[in-house]
Amino acid sequence: MQPANQNRSRLGRSFAVLALFGVTAACTNFYEVPIETPIQAKLDVSAFRRVLVAGFISGGTDDVDANMETVRLLRSQLRTKTNLRVIEAEVLPLTELANEQSRANASQPASAPVAADGAVMAPVPSLPQPASPASTGQPGEDTKKPDTPGAIRSKRDLERYERIFADAAFWKKLGEEYESPLIITGTVMFTPQQSAGWVNQNREQYDQLGRRIVVPTRTYMERKGFVLEPKFVFIDGRTGATLYSETQRREVLYPSTQSTPALASYFELMDQLIPDFLGALSTQRIRGSRILLR
Amino acid sequence: MLHRVFAIVVALLALAPAAYADVRSDAKAQVEFGIKAAQNELWKEATYRWEKATQIDPTYAEAWNNLAIGYEYAGRFEDAEMAYQRALKLDPNNTMIRQNYDQFKEIDDRSKRRRDR
Repeated sequence: MQPANQNRSRLGRSFAVLALFGVTAACTNFYEVPIETPIQAKLDVSAFRRVLVAGFISGGTDDVDANMETVRLLRSQLRTKTNLRVIEAEVLPLTELANEQSRANASQPASAPVAADGAVMAPVPSLPQPASPASTGQPGEDTKKPDTPGAIRSKRDLERYERIFADAAFWKKLGEEYESPLIITGTVMFTPQQSAGWVNQNREQYDQLGRRIVVPTRTYMERKGFVLEPKFVFIDGRTGATLYSETQRREVLYPSTQSTPALASYFELMDQLIPDFLGALSTQRIRGSRILLR
Repeated sequence: MLHRVFAIVVALLALAPAAYADVRSDAKAQVEFGIKAAQNELWKEATYRWEKATQIDPTYAEAWNNLAIGYEYAGRFEDAEMAYQRALKLDPNNTMIRQNYDQFKEIDDRSKRRRDR
């Protein structure tokens, strides 16, 4: 008798489980699905099949060759994340070229650059030697390296060179050399910074029962780090005209006791900027999930 | 005469829920097919099904929600906004639609900010 009862109860339980499963399946009214939402590119680059990351006018610390590093990083990102063919060419020493150009303009005022629409532009003015205080690669360090003549240490120094981006004839000539690609150039300022003040921090504590709790505290801290301010200029290699430009700014601060190499900070900040840079050229897809309903 | 009119009205009232149920079940079939398509990453087909569902039954909030997601996937942000709004108007207390809409809004705002910069 007992085995029969056991069998019956086991059968009953199986039915209950099956019924529960059936009810659950029938009641599932939502499904979570992964989704990639596209964000359209800011710039229509369908007319270009090739891209030339020409070079950048760089300034700030001497510890990172911001021109070389930016060109290398952008080329590798463009190669893997866009359909454009990246031209592997020598990196232009743009600061020197701008200097030469301004010197030539100063000695020959008649040869003013011509803009994309044929209008004659004012010559690039001669570049005065900036006299800003020297800064080094180690954030917050007070050591003074002798400044190289013409070194770019501040945004003000940089402004004097920016006229080169409006020199359509120069960019058109460069474009002709590389079969009229999309040209990417601009400026990169990578400067050390220091700050001191009250900082909000979360401190872990354990209460009497051994439970972990997080207590917000305010601490006075001396911190040092870097500011990265690139300006990306997109130029039509066929005409030399600027299609689009955007300036970005990112900064990072570390406790003064922490020693972070300038190059590591540079890449940390560039990592944050790259999605926005790529977003100018190609459609970005943002991964997430949504709930579909029945 | 009055009796006859009364009888017709009663009959119509009796039949209305059945007709509504029919419309809803047709729309539901489209929605479910769309969900299967989306789960297999056939978003174009899914969106088409949800468009049909909302045409069959424009009061079906869940269909509008799914359609909004389909539009979002295709980058049709204005249509997605409109579909989400419709879904929320029909079912304002649905937290899942609200959650989807909030996530969409975040991306839409980001996209607009980028365009304005």
